[in-house]
Amino acid sequence: MSAADTTTAKVPPVRQSPPSGSGASGPAPQGGKRKGGAGIPWLLLAPCLIVLILVLGYPLVRLVTLSFQHFGQPQLWGFQEAESAGFDNFTAILGDGEFWAVVLRTVIFAAGAVIVTMVLGMLIALLLQRVSGWVKALINIVLVASWGMPIIVSTAIFKWLFDADYGVLNWMLSRLPGVDMIGHNWFASGPQGLAVIMLLVVWGAVPFVVITLSAGLTQVPKELEEAARLDGAGAIGVFRYVTLPILKPIIVMLTTLSVIWDMGVFPQVYVMRNGHPEAEFQLLTTYSFDKAFVVNDYGTGSAIAVVTVLLLLGVVAVYMRQMLKIGDVE
Amino acid sequence: MSVTKAPAEVPAVAKAPAASRPHPRKPRKTKAGWNLLGLLLFVTLGFPVYWMLNTAFKPAKDAIDPDPHFFPSTFTLENFRRALDIADFWGPVGRSLVVSAVVVVIGIAVGLLAALAISRFAFRGRKIVIVGILAVQMVPLVAMIIPVFLLLNDLGQYDKLTGLIITYLTFILPFTVWTLRGFIVNIPKELEEAAQVDGCTPTGAFLRVVFPLLAPGMVATSVYGFIQAWNEYLYALMLMSQQNQTATVWLSNFITKNGTEYAPMMAGSTMMAVPIVILFLIVQRKMAAGLTAGAVKG
Repeated sequence: MSAADTTTAKVPPVRQSPPSGSGASGPAPQGGKRKGGAGIPWLLLAPCLIVLILVLGYPLVRLVTLSFQHFGQPQLWGFQEAESAGFDNFTAILGDGEFWAVVLRTVIFAAGAVIVTMVLGMLIALLLQRVSGWVKALINIVLVASWGMPIIVSTAIFKWLFDADYGVLNWMLSRLPGVDMIGHNWFASGPQGLAVIMLLVVWGAVPFVVITLSAGLTQVPKELEEAARLDGAGAIGVFRYVTLPILKPIIVMLTTLSVIWDMGVFPQVYVMRNGHPEAEFQLLTTYSFDKAFVVNDYGTGSAIAVVTVLLLLGVVAVYMRQMLKIGDVE
Repeated sequence: MSVTKAPAEVPAVAKAPAASRPHPRKPRKTKAGWNLLGLLLFVTLGFPVYWMLNTAFKPAKDAIDPDPHFFPSTFTLENFRRALDIADFWGPVGRSLVVSAVVVVIGIAVGLLAALAISRFAFRGRKIVIVGILAVQMVPLVAMIIPVFLLLNDLGQYDKLTGLIITYLTFILPFTVWTLRGFIVNIPKELEEAAQVDGCTPTGAFLRVVFPLLAPGMVATSVYGFIQAWNEYLYALMLMSQQNQTATVWLSNFITKNGTEYAPMMAGSTMMAVPIVILFLIVQRKMAAGLTAGAVKG
């Protein structure tokens, strides 16, 4: 048994066009949501909204105000009031070549991780449809194990696998004819080290993608695939013209989520590089962190974080549209 | 190609045309090929986990042998003993347990009410609330660490478990609201309506009909939320001092020290990860159903 099977069991095909599925947009008042007084839902929402405003809204406002301030060590200890900096922090970072190098590196890293995750996830989900039950069960256990692993643990494991002197990976690669990787240091260069970190990120991210896509694949009507096949479509044709369009909303959702997560990669880099990522390992997250907590320039660190959030806003907009469609919001 | 499983899914009628398919297939041969590929995938994806366990249980000197030992020739618990000696383990684990449990209790209680509001009521502003709750999930935690650190500093909550709990709500709460909403949407409204026709009040109908059906989903959401809180590293690192570190930070101590002792570190990793992965295996199925609830409407 697998996630995919149970999902089907829970959502039998019969329920695919329930009369009440369209939420409140249905003409029948009975089929919709309760139209009671507006007081009750707000009352139910109040605790959640209050908590979120306190723990998230307030820090977010503080982040933006910080990014317009000179805020360093003296301000942290309360010796001095924070002084307004206008756009100083932003002009400083935007005029800094290193910052743009970090932006470019982050975008390449995130794009690479997302593409590899999605393609691999799709292939594995399709493979799971074609293997016997026992193989499926085995793969599922492994997927759940890598999904549930604390990031810190998987980072430790990968650090060990790729260790220059005793890492098993160098040994394995050296078994290949004509390859000698013994003692090879994967972290001597930024691109190679980041590739290892990308692999680690993908390994942790693939399970969620596979399990979600598997659930989606069970919803693809068999009759449609059958019809396409009768019309002479090959396996690739069926996938492209039948499966893919049906999965599109899920794919869009997963891709945007992956972009957000992979742009926010922090512990993997931080821990891999023993808490001090070198210049060529800096991503936007670690860069902002270093500016704030290593150089004690909280204003500049906040400005970098604000730019990061702004970069993500476009991606978020796509995600929101998709989720609102899914959430049957009228 | 299409491998139909769970015969209950496909009515017998649908099977009829399959028999007269134009091109014959050799199912057994392809199946074996796919299975082989599947097994290869199993070995590749599972290798890091296997290597952790293998390193944890073999003598430390075998771990640094130039010829790797793929199976622990001698089975030893020495690495676990060393891991427990290097730094206090139970203190950090206790703190992580407290933080994760409290965060989940608050998250589920507050989240359930909010999830009910957005899934069972039509009211003005509902869409904005949904957008807000989704948007909140999009803010990268790392971006928030600077103001959160300064705020907790101002409030005298630095290095206090309460401070960490408050901070963890930022990512646990939106998650619980959205996931519980998924489970609630999957419970047909007709059930509630029927109960009300039979004389239940709306609240009574919820308590007697929806709540029991929701219980498994709530358990799954709690466990998953617990795992998220347990696994969190950055806030735990920044907001707690060395004396009050949590489990994830305890493990990273091994890593950031020079000359990492990999064997005890893998033993520590095993202690941190295995209980969590087992928990996760138990609830994962239910969770997948909840996460994708309503994601595909045929």
